[in-house]
Amino acid sequence: MRTDDNATQSITKVIAASSLGTLIEWYDFYIFGSLAVIIGHQLFPSDAGASALINTLAIFAAGFIVRPFGALVFGRLGDLIGRKYTFLLTLVLMGGSTFLIGLIPSYSSIGYAAPILVLILRLVQGLALGGEYGGAATYVAEHAPEGKRGFFTSWIQTTATLGLFLSLGVIVGTKNILGADVFADWGWRIPFLLSILLVGVSIYIRMKMHESPVFSKLKSEGKISANPLKESFQKKANFKMVLLALFGATMGQGVIWYTGQFYAQSFLENTCKLDFNESRYILLWAILFATPFFVVFGSWSDKVGRKWIMLTGMLLGIIFYRPIYQYFIDATNVGEFQKTELLSVSEPVVTRAFLQEKGDSLITSAVVKTLKDGSTFKEVKVETIHADQTLAAVEPKISFADVTLPSSTYWTIIALVFFQVLLVTMVYGPIAAFLVELFPTQIRYTSMSLPYHIGNGVFGGLVPFIATLVASFQGSTPLSGLWYPIGIASLSFIIGAVYINNKGDENVAD
Amino acid sequence: MNALKKLLGIVWIVLGPVIILFLAMQAIEKIAAAAEGIDRTNTTLQWSIIIIIFIPICAGLMIFGYYGLKGEYDRLPRSSEEL
Repeated sequence: MRTDDNATQSITKVIAASSLGTLIEWYDFYIFGSLAVIIGHQLFPSDAGASALINTLAIFAAGFIVRPFGALVFGRLGDLIGRKYTFLLTLVLMGGSTFLIGLIPSYSSIGYAAPILVLILRLVQGLALGGEYGGAATYVAEHAPEGKRGFFTSWIQTTATLGLFLSLGVIVGTKNILGADVFADWGWRIPFLLSILLVGVSIYIRMKMHESPVFSKLKSEGKISANPLKESFQKKANFKMVLLALFGATMGQGVIWYTGQFYAQSFLENTCKLDFNESRYILLWAILFATPFFVVFGSWSDKVGRKWIMLTGMLLGIIFYRPIYQYFIDATNVGEFQKTELLSVSEPVVTRAFLQEKGDSLITSAVVKTLKDGSTFKEVKVETIHADQTLAAVEPKISFADVTLPSSTYWTIIALVFFQVLLVTMVYGPIAAFLVELFPTQIRYTSMSLPYHIGNGVFGGLVPFIATLVASFQGSTPLSGLWYPIGIASLSFIIGAVYINNKGDENVAD
Repeated sequence: MNALKKLLGIVWIVLGPVIILFLAMQAIEKIAAAAEGIDRTNTTLQWSIIIIIFIPICAGLMIFGYYGLKGEYDRLPRSSEEL
């Protein structure tokens, strides 16, 4: 009994120490994406328009793209020198590069050196994260008892979502304290700079951890792989499992993760024109309610197998994404809002910008309208005035921004984002245990990290970038971008359903 | 089920080059449109990133299909010793 208590205490400490570091790394990684619009304005010329957002999303995606290389480099280190020291190194790299992003001058100060420097630091972030996750999941799984591996590793699985939650919370909190203007000017740097403190705490905790018992045993027996990369990818028996893990599981899991937890917020903010805070609060509530389900599905997978829980999550995403996002568009349609009785209109804020050609100028007037049902929106009207002060014959351009929703619609959208995050918990909760059980100890860190990071980093991380790009094509609709995650998830569902076993090898000590 | 795995193997082998071809055609069309000033958000850099990333992945899909066709996935290992 006493031994059981000690074992439980020990695994609890392992999970807590591993999870904290991983959570901080995810926090570091996601603040960039959560601030894409503001960073885009800082890094690119002021007239770049939509191109600035897409280029920023491309830099954001670059961090994902190099994750598989981080997995190879640090995975190899982890299989050679051990799990503990490898993910200490990744933590330092991640914290340092995040801190430095917070110090980079804007485009107006150093021109295109700004986006180039940020791109380099973003690549370091990606490499570090590529090395981190596989190590943490492997470390916990190798401590966990048989039959409870899904349950214990699911705690590590909560860290990505909680890292996103923390990043959104810090961003919204900083913005509320400093005000929107100061935040857009320099306040956005604070969440990056804060990272150095969080990483310091995590390093202190991780220094006290011991090496994985399974790896230590292998090391004492002199069975450590001399070249894990070669063994993982030149040995057909291993390589075919790497491909199976990628195409049958992690690829679909990646797009479900980033559609539910990233694209949803980006879509609400940029396509539906929801207010900055409103779109983030929606995601914060959804994550808060859904996070416990990582553990529920992880634990359930110990009993019923991993495969069908993950594939069901993918299938539900394939079926319901388009209706959900169509509802987002319909429910945030300001044209429909205006049928509700108007309660008040703010004083107009008028600005004039002189155009170099012909001496014309653009007059922009913005008012905030409040409706009886509690919703508000900013109406922006842009008119052209000729040099002789006559109004141009063209119709004024009217656009809407900073939409806040009536209470019932707000909670309905939270419920729909919650549903998407629930799908994330289904595909992501059991996947660490699934991957760990797929590969032997000698090459586990290397082999499981690669499909994980290609699936999540490349397929998943590209969701905001590719979906936004596709939606910008001529003739596209706002929903066109969803064909990317739906297509990838469909392919992964078919491959997973046909080729993968429901139960893997539960002995991870081989 | 093993017959289906083999049959789908052929699909994956064909799908790899089809995806690359589709992406290349899309890239040419969108970059040309951007050059004409129709849509400045679709640039050469963005499409280059997409194509460079997806070529090795499509190659991986073809290898996966080849393994499927050869029956490598007919019986998956139940323990690491079988790997």
